[in-house]
Amino acid sequence: MSETRGSSRWVALAVIAVFVGGTFALLAGSGFDVVRAAGALVRGAAGSWYAIGSGTLVRSTPLILTGLAVALAFRAGVFNIGAEGQFLVGAAAGTAVALGLGAAPGWISIPALLAGGALAGAAWAWIAAVLRNRYQVLEVISTIMLNFVAAYLVSYLVRGPMQEPTHVYPQTSTIAAAAQLPRFGSTTRLHLGFAIAVAACAVAWWFVRSTAAGFRLRVVGANPSAAAVAGEIDVQRVTTRAFLVSGALAGLAGAVEVSGVTFALYENISPGYGYTAIAVALLARLDAAGVIATGVLFGALEAGANAMQRDAGVPSVAVSVIEASIILVLVALERARFVRRGESAT
Amino acid sequence: MSGATAAFVEATVRSATPLALAALGEVVVEAAGVINIGLEGVILAGAFGALVGAGHGGIAGGFAAAIAAGVGVAAVFAVFAVWLRADQIISGTAVTLLAVGLTGTLYRSLYGAAGAALSIPTIGPWRVPGLASIPVVGSGFFNQPAVTYVVYLLAPAIWWWMYRTHAGLALRAVGEAPAAAEAAGVKVGRVRVWAILFGGVAGGLAGATLVLAQAGTFAENMSAGRGFIAIAIVVLGRWRPMGTALAALLFGAASAFQFLLQALGLALPYQLFLSLPYVLTLLALAGVAGRVRAPAALARADLP
Repeated sequence: MSETRGSSRWVALAVIAVFVGGTFALLAGSGFDVVRAAGALVRGAAGSWYAIGSGTLVRSTPLILTGLAVALAFRAGVFNIGAEGQFLVGAAAGTAVALGLGAAPGWISIPALLAGGALAGAAWAWIAAVLRNRYQVLEVISTIMLNFVAAYLVSYLVRGPMQEPTHVYPQTSTIAAAAQLPRFGSTTRLHLGFAIAVAACAVAWWFVRSTAAGFRLRVVGANPSAAAVAGEIDVQRVTTRAFLVSGALAGLAGAVEVSGVTFALYENISPGYGYTAIAVALLARLDAAGVIATGVLFGALEAGANAMQRDAGVPSVAVSVIEASIILVLVALERARFVRRGESAT
Repeated sequence: MSGATAAFVEATVRSATPLALAALGEVVVEAAGVINIGLEGVILAGAFGALVGAGHGGIAGGFAAAIAAGVGVAAVFAVFAVWLRADQIISGTAVTLLAVGLTGTLYRSLYGAAGAALSIPTIGPWRVPGLASIPVVGSGFFNQPAVTYVVYLLAPAIWWWMYRTHAGLALRAVGEAPAAAEAAGVKVGRVRVWAILFGGVAGGLAGATLVLAQAGTFAENMSAGRGFIAIAIVVLGRWRPMGTALAALLFGAASAFQFLLQALGLALPYQLFLSLPYVLTLLALAGVAGRVRAPAALARADLP
């Protein structure tokens, strides 16, 4: 394996290139102006300082946080596919806190809404953790089910108790200016959330690498039976904590998105961040620091895809084909790393 | 009152049909020790295939294209999960994402962003003489589109095949003790690939059912988690064909219950009803999962 690692990287890049090329060929076959689409993609992602800061980096902020959430969970052998739902409840809770605090000063409302989002995300993940530990319910299924429930919950909130006062639009009121994350200057949309995301990755990277709890996380993910028998590690406690931290990060991502970008809660506030997060995490090889780079890469891809849809009419959902192919290629190369938990039932 | 009951039974069977088809396919897949989370993508691809096929070749074309699309997506999963021995959970998730992207892109490019009002042929119910006249439940079970009757035949057929034939024994051996099966001369990889492709046929049919027998049109992400629910149904059915068919009926009843409650005009938010099947899935899994046993080699890429 080790002597092939260098060449396998190239194989991976080659296969991804084929998939990307195939996607564009598909679009060309469907009658789209591919050259124009590709141009729009590149310009939208990196065509100017504004595109980089206000497009790519803004877009990458939720992807870095949810990607980190997925990476930490997968590291512990917890297949949390529920970052999407945790993001949504985090966004809802963050909005609720911000609206509840009204005109409170920013140094109160911003930390409060971020904490509210993280707590809500952790609570949502906790449901799946209990189902896994107490009832042996495969977390892949339970977290996906919870994603659907969270989407309906948001739909209910923005059409019911949290709807804006005129009851015309299915969204909440705008949060107070004080509850909005500060921006890096008046000409950019880039907000403090990006720095929070990068800092979270740095802390997580140090934690996984250098602390005893981080070591337990890695051991449980690598081999839960050995961790329990040889390491006398309480596997359930470690996986539950991984689940909670993962959910908190995804929930934080939702609150950051509300406080930094949307300023209100509405349906479809997430264009699938929680699913893209899986690709972000895998491409980073589940490394917390690597998530920053892959999150920015996917942020660029999605910012570019938006420009592509706007300028060339190419549906932005085409990007998920590229994301899926990246996941498939990487998972094929990683085959042995994700050895399944032997005792797990469904 | 009996009118309402008959309507409830009819809605139960109608909602259960695509779930049962997909879940019966997954029973065979999981019996071979493979869990295909990509089933959601298989159903979605089947639904889209049905739309395209029916637009060109009528009902028959719709079903043929749906099966082809379902098998195609299942084949991608088989390449990664069996041939490359990639992690099944992550490959399956990616395959679903792939199907979402492909169907979404193709749908918008073929039919425009607005999705244009589409008129494709659909299949109506076919009354089974005699059986449909049974009081209360008769018309619910026996005045349905032909695909529902496929389920009635498929469940016992799969049971017979799995538990009464040599090939079925080989399939279960592959799922329970792949190393022993391999040693006994069973080609484990080949059996798994065929099982996955069969799951593709069944999942494609489930997608076709949504389009050709129910909605009469296609919408992006119209599978709406049915693939994941079908996987839960397999657990609930204890990995057995007949049990799975019954479990699918239970979920059909949950969906029908949602229509019933809405019809009663209770002042409850509609999102509550819409999330009912997903909540029920969680509760059902919590109720049975600890007390049933999965095929021993399920989802283990490290075994041959």
